[in-house]
Amino acid sequence: MFSGGDTFVRKLSTLNRRVFILSLAKGIIFTGIVARLFSLQINENKKYLTLSDKNRLREWRLPPVRGQFLDYFGNVIAGNLKVYQLHVVPEDVDNFKALMNRLREILKLSDKQFAKIMKKKNSQKPWETLVISENLTWDEFSKINFYLHDLIGAKPVLSVARNYPYNETFTHVLGYVGEASENDLIRNETIKQNHVAGLRVGKIGLEKTFENYLIGTNGVQRYEVNAYGKRINQLDFEEGTKGQDIKLTLDLEVQKLAGELLGDKAGSISVMDIYTGDIIAMQSSPSFNPNLFLYGISQQDWDLIKTNPLKPLVNKTVYGLYSPGSTIKPIVALSALENDIISPKNTVLCTGKMEMYGQTYHCWKKKGHGYMDLRNAIKQSCDTYFYETARKLGVDRLSLTAKKFGLGNTVLKGTIGNEKKGLIPNTTWKKQQLGQGWVLGETIITGIGQGYIQTTPLQLCLMTAQLANGGFKIYPRITVEKNQDSLEKIKFKMKQSALTAKEEINPIRKEVKEFFNIKDKEYQTLFRNPENIKFVLEAMWGSTNEVMGTSFGSRLKDKKYEFAGKTGTAQVKKITERHRELELKAKDVPYEERDHALYVAFGPYKNPRYALSILVEHGGSGSTTAAPMAKKLFKLIIDRHEEREKARAKNFSLAT
Amino acid sequence: MYQQVSYSDQYTFFQKLRSFDLVLLFCIITLGIISSFSMYSTDGGELLYHSKSHILRFLIFFIMMFFFSFLSIRFWHAIGYLFYIVVLGLLIWTSFYGVTSSGSKRWLNLYFINLQPSELMKIAIIICYAKLYHRLQINNVNQIKNLVIPITILVLPILLVVSQPDLGTSILIALSGIIVMWLAGINIKYFIYTFLTFLISTPFIISFLKPYQKLRILTFFDPDKDPLGAGYQIIQSKIAVGSGGFTGKGFLKGTQSYLEFLPEKHTDFIFTLFSEEHGFIGSTFLLLIYAIMIFRIIKIGSDTRSFFGKLFCFGFGSAIFVYVTINMSMVLGLLPIVGSPLPIMSYGGSSMLATMIGLSIVMSAKIHSRQTVS
Repeated sequence: MFSGGDTFVRKLSTLNRRVFILSLAKGIIFTGIVARLFSLQINENKKYLTLSDKNRLREWRLPPVRGQFLDYFGNVIAGNLKVYQLHVVPEDVDNFKALMNRLREILKLSDKQFAKIMKKKNSQKPWETLVISENLTWDEFSKINFYLHDLIGAKPVLSVARNYPYNETFTHVLGYVGEASENDLIRNETIKQNHVAGLRVGKIGLEKTFENYLIGTNGVQRYEVNAYGKRINQLDFEEGTKGQDIKLTLDLEVQKLAGELLGDKAGSISVMDIYTGDIIAMQSSPSFNPNLFLYGISQQDWDLIKTNPLKPLVNKTVYGLYSPGSTIKPIVALSALENDIISPKNTVLCTGKMEMYGQTYHCWKKKGHGYMDLRNAIKQSCDTYFYETARKLGVDRLSLTAKKFGLGNTVLKGTIGNEKKGLIPNTTWKKQQLGQGWVLGETIITGIGQGYIQTTPLQLCLMTAQLANGGFKIYPRITVEKNQDSLEKIKFKMKQSALTAKEEINPIRKEVKEFFNIKDKEYQTLFRNPENIKFVLEAMWGSTNEVMGTSFGSRLKDKKYEFAGKTGTAQVKKITERHRELELKAKDVPYEERDHALYVAFGPYKNPRYALSILVEHGGSGSTTAAPMAKKLFKLIIDRHEEREKARAKNFSLAT
Repeated sequence: MYQQVSYSDQYTFFQKLRSFDLVLLFCIITLGIISSFSMYSTDGGELLYHSKSHILRFLIFFIMMFFFSFLSIRFWHAIGYLFYIVVLGLLIWTSFYGVTSSGSKRWLNLYFINLQPSELMKIAIIICYAKLYHRLQINNVNQIKNLVIPITILVLPILLVVSQPDLGTSILIALSGIIVMWLAGINIKYFIYTFLTFLISTPFIISFLKPYQKLRILTFFDPDKDPLGAGYQIIQSKIAVGSGGFTGKGFLKGTQSYLEFLPEKHTDFIFTLFSEEHGFIGSTFLLLIYAIMIFRIIKIGSDTRSFFGKLFCFGFGSAIFVYVTINMSMVLGLLPIVGSPLPIMSYGGSSMLATMIGLSIVMSAKIHSRQTVS
């Protein structure tokens, strides 16, 4: 018992000792836990608070409402339309597959559409809105709403989408919008900042050029969400801003008429204010309906547009390059007068053809025009006269004048993407580009706008406008902006530059100017002697308003509407001797070998204000195809003049 | 008169009532209140299923503890082995007829309660050992025979619990058993040998682990590897605790738990919720309550006369320490996630029952501190 007691004491002392050790360990470990709590809750509190907020807060960005395009009179030509859409947020849906199969039944989605949606779903985050359908018909929309109780997670929403109310009328000017692609995001920072799933951005045309103004900013909804992404409550809502509206100088009615006149034919019509440079119409034909592109064009429609031999996708007004044909003649005449090569009294005998250095050059009139002076040569578009004039003038002097009047350079300076410069050839150009010397024969055909020379229809319009305003440089524009010069200011500046131009004939002043590198003034004069311009304009009047004039048949007798113009017929293929003898009518020649028909004009003649250019691809002759269109256009343009002036006053007062 | 009473080992009802340990009672009631409010918070600030049944259980088991405390320490000694055998029997029964939930067969459907015998085993092993070592002389403790029997007693339930499978509970049973064995005087070298053997056989053991258990251990070492999968619990729990800051986000304002980013917030992660809402101050306070409770239990153990009572108190106090440490370390990202409830705080009837039984034995040891056990 004693020994037992002794062992009991030993047993107890072992126990007590060990409990003591254990208690110490417990104390240390608990201190360790407190230290850990301290490090998490106090040292790293900020980090974990951020993480916790990141967990619970989620933003939903709403697509911005795109700015509209208006015409000069305030008509909406690219607007926004309310559309019914079906959205699904995948993470809000318990059984995504079942929901999708149900929707597939209701909306009758094809396998391809279905696969596309599923692919989209996999490419985005589960809390991002998945757009199942962007444009539900009313039937589908009401059907969805009817079955909504067993479509948990599907959200029918009212949204806005781009809409072009005039369908194909403005396609080439405005372009169209489509879903933002990866490239759009890389190229444009503004798109990237405002991007949401399904955002539409400008793909081409003014829609693309003015993207940063049109796009607006996102609305942002901030929600508290739970672990399953379910929105618990809305914390705040930042309303987005609508994109800026952009007012264009275009006139809906003129643009529409231009489209109607061209119809199915391939061609282009441009109309311009000769002082302000306002582009009143700019039509390229054939056109297509840009609304087709909004929700992804169908393969069938796309093929139809793409394979059309008349190339509807090309904006011929700024992208199409054509020989100007006889429409260049006023410039050739002006250049010759300005350089004192000829006087208006110079006569040339036209026999229908001209032999020079072993080559035969034909006039369009087989029998010949007889003795021609300059005015008659312009009026009747005598080729022989201009062969002779060009020969005397030389291509280098001609190209200087042509470039001064706006040929061979872009007109809108990048406002519309891909605008072509065209080509005004000279001897240096040929030497550099082709490595060959210039041949005199090439000068001769350049004199009637054939050969290397290539221009866009818009350039021809600008050329005509700058002739019609008395020979002053203008700055074409397509948008109405605050800081633009008013008509009165422009006319004043032109007057000023005409006055100073006279003084500048003094060579010392010119040198001083060059020495101090004084920049050219705005609206500078493009002529040396204003009489030369007047002479050319008068000859163009004759061409339209006198018997024997090439566009006499298309004249408007009323002084109010009277216009002056110059026809052009540009050969596409060199005419062989055999063909010349056959005297083929246009309709007997295969379409793609027929001549292009051109016409440039300005009016009203008494007090010019508008210039236009018309081109019909393979349309035959300028006088039969293009000039009659000008007659109808001028009637409308001049009828709308007063209204336009009213709108101008309004736009101007709004702007200032 | 006082002396007379003090040397008698028979107590009247009022004597017993007066010698209740108030500090321990205070700790239990405080934990009961804190846990009820936390449970109320997990229900999203409403008195719903979890909070209602937690409060009800706490009240029932607290009253039960109160009455069990009047039972003599001799009684607990007497039923020591029986208690173990009954619980072992329940474990075996569970492995045949148990209720399976989330892939694990842990529960017995007793119609009024779903009993988890493995939780009771946490107490049973301590009672059983206390009785065993109470009877053994210190000289015999390290004899081979006296090593084999306790080890068998420990390994049997562990095997049963592991096969349920329930790694967390089996680790807790093992740890409480080992601590009691060590306290009883087993030579430290045996523990070192066992530990070394364990290390060597680790690869072998790992090959027996279920894939999800392996994943949990791997995840512990690198929770960011799979933040939405296996690492989710650890990451979200750390975010909740860390974002609590010094004073916490406020009662019912824990966004992590309220917005359901926290997994198992009623049970294993109740401390995370509490810590998020009450911050460093609250967490430290809670830890302090546990510390007071544990050291109070050890104090009671030192003051009681019987070796059985002492060993049980020391063992149970250490077991509570192990539960608290493992649970908190786990939710604070210091240990891999294994299922281990926080005593009294976590939702779960069997765990509460076992804890309360343990506490009533401790209370009994306090009340009957002068009783010896033959």
